[in-house]
Amino acid sequence: MAARVIDSSGLESLLTALRRSGYDLIGPTVRDQAIVYDHVSGTDDLPRGITDTQEAGHYRIEERSDESLFGFNAGPSSPKDHLYPSHDELFSARREDGRIRFTATVHPNSPRFAFIGVRACELAAIAIQDRVLLGTEAVDLGYSSRRAGAFMVAVNCVEAGGTCFCDSMGTGPRATEGFDLVLTEVTPGAEYVIETGTSRGAQLLASIESLPAGPAEEQRVECGISNAVRQMGRRMETDGLQALLVDNPEHPRWDQVGDRCLTCGNCTMACPTCFCSTTEDRVTLDGEALRSRRWDSCFGLDFSSLHGHSVRASARSRYRQWLTHKLGTWHDQFGMSGCVGCGRCITWCPVGIDITEEVAAMRGQVS
Amino acid sequence: MLPRSFRLTAKSQETPDTFTLVFEDPEHGEVRFRPGQFMMIYVFGVGEVPISIAGNPHKTHDLILTVRGVGAVTNAICALDPGMVVGARGPYGSGWPLAAAKGRDLIIVTGGIGIAPLRPAIIETLSRRDDFRDLSLIYGARTPTDLLYKDDLLGWESSADIDVEVTVDRASSEWWGDVGLVTRLLPRVRFNPPNTAAFVCGPEVMMRVVARDLTARGVPTQNVYLSLERNMKCAVGFCGHCQFGRDFLCRTGPIRSFHDLAERMRVDEI
Ligand SMILES: Cc1cc2nc3c(=O)[nH]c(=O)nc-3n(C[C@H](O)[C@H](O)[C@H](O)COP(=O)(O)OP(=O)(O)OC[C@H]3O[C@@H](n4cnc5c(N)ncnc54)[C@H](O)[C@@H]3O)c2cc1C
Ligand code: SF4
Ligand code: SF4
Ligand code: FES
Repeated sequence: MAARVIDSSGLESLLTALRRSGYDLIGPTVRDQAIVYDHVSGTDDLPRGITDTQEAGHYRIEERSDESLFGFNAGPSSPKDHLYPSHDELFSARREDGRIRFTATVHPNSPRFAFIGVRACELAAIAIQDRVLLGTEAVDLGYSSRRAGAFMVAVNCVEAGGTCFCDSMGTGPRATEGFDLVLTEVTPGAEYVIETGTSRGAQLLASIESLPAGPAEEQRVECGISNAVRQMGRRMETDGLQALLVDNPEHPRWDQVGDRCLTCGNCTMACPTCFCSTTEDRVTLDGEALRSRRWDSCFGLDFSSLHGHSVRASARSRYRQWLTHKLGTWHDQFGMSGCVGCGRCITWCPVGIDITEEVAAMRGQVS
Repeated sequence: MLPRSFRLTAKSQETPDTFTLVFEDPEHGEVRFRPGQFMMIYVFGVGEVPISIAGNPHKTHDLILTVRGVGAVTNAICALDPGMVVGARGPYGSGWPLAAAKGRDLIIVTGGIGIAPLRPAIIETLSRRDDFRDLSLIYGARTPTDLLYKDDLLGWESSADIDVEVTVDRASSEWWGDVGLVTRLLPRVRFNPPNTAAFVCGPEVMMRVVARDLTARGVPTQNVYLSLERNMKCAVGFCGHCQFGRDFLCRTGPIRSFHDLAERMRVDEI
């Protein structure tokens, strides 16, 4: 279907229609001085007239001079928090008739999420997690059921943040796949060009009032996206990157960054593609054993523990593992990069370690 | 991903801290496996750990494991009594490449609990002895009391089919055998380096030295296979813990050729 235009009441109708079809709406909203993904019920919950400024180790929200609903960039949370939550039950077990009876935790009633305002880099991150968690004969059941039901209303970025570099990673700022509908906010808070990605997206769009988009509106979409490209706060050269990292495990830069890194794991928690997990076992008072999965971080000392010691004891080796995996060995494992250029790890690092700067340093481009 | 329920049918103490346990799953029957593969063993409410299958690959009704108690889960496994149940899923991982050893001399070098994943390979090679040329086992333990599979060792030592060389780090007064590193015994076994394959499993430091010595003597690096050990939480490529450079050792390991591993094994804390 050709592009259409909706106004703010059209957007409200869209959200209402999704809610009426039984979707649990997850969209950007302001919580604790940050724009995060959380449950929303309509456009009133979206961060109207709010933006963010981001730099290495720096994040602030502030007021905009307009009424824009999507005038900000990637925040501390991502759709991963809902599709692949930090804690998820895997199975329960009971001792019964001289055996253990295992029951996989099924998620038949897991909410069908409709994500509102998902950015291109986030769609790319979801595609990566699909590859990791659904791409082999083993399947993460929780992820699979939440993912299968999800409806995606994407937003093309018309502004980029200080730590964004999706353009370098080829993942944005234009959403090209993985969405049901995609919006571009062409007049802040008032006018949206809307395009469809799937037939269910088209069906939904047909149910609300819209006008055909003319060449002028389409032109404004292109302008907005080029504006975001121009504003990219960061850049990363990806040519030969995989080999650069894998072939340089003894590069002196690892010592330097290892000295600064606090091994806090913020970067891995904020990253929309990081998938590492650990398991937890407990027994309830009525004798049932539960096993669950919890996000884990390669920055933790226990992550590589063998009895008596950890393989990666130094901060240097843990940062090297993270970066080499993300930008190097991820290609060997999954046929793609593990980084989508969202900039979260840069923004949320308490000491401002910058993945793009580390890569440039490895290339000998900064001292 | 869901474990099956297995009941402990027999248990024997190998050493003060190591037990061999025989399990069965009356409901679903056998566990077919390739020598070198491992299972994820779940102790009710305690946790789950990777343990190699140590049984005869042709007698798959029994799931046989040899476990050294070193922490929460392994100690709980060692404390099980016959009749008690655990969960087990698998088998996982790459096996020993017996096909690559066919027609060659085969040297098996192991230290400590590392002999557990090699026991099925030894049984298998002896069951089709004609597929291989000279066959030898070099096995090192800390002390004579730490030697596992003493009955098997007696049987293999008295067989003309395999040359068995055993050494300990520290001897006791009753020990008449060798003392020192497994590599000291390499010159004693017969092999024609260019046509030799080696299967090695033990502490990483030991595997490093063995691989170095074997290749220095002319065994091709692609014929030397090591079984690496890393923390494993899922065994299906989800948890990320078992990464060794580009490999998820649970899926593309734990057994890989030294040819493939050598470069990474030179990197500290990889
Ligand atoms: C492929 C493979 C095969 C193995 N086969 C055997 C075997 O046949 N017999 C045997 O006795 N042991 C074997 N091990 C080692 C065994 O898995 C560990 O001793 C066990 O995980 C320790 O867990 P724990 O809870 O008893 O100890 P803790 O020290 O309490 O362990 C805490 C956690 O750290 C991890 N961990 C600790 N040590 C190891 C380790 N050495 N390897 C992997 N993860 C570890 C575990 O995930 C565990 O949950 C094998 C390991 C691997 C990777
Ligand atoms: S590594 Fe950093 S920039 Fe790349 S996807 Fe993860 S958080 Fe975003
Ligand atoms: S790079 Fe920054 S955010 Fe990541 S673990 Fe190190 S200090 Fe924490
Ligand atoms: S053990 Fe989890 S990825 Fe290999």
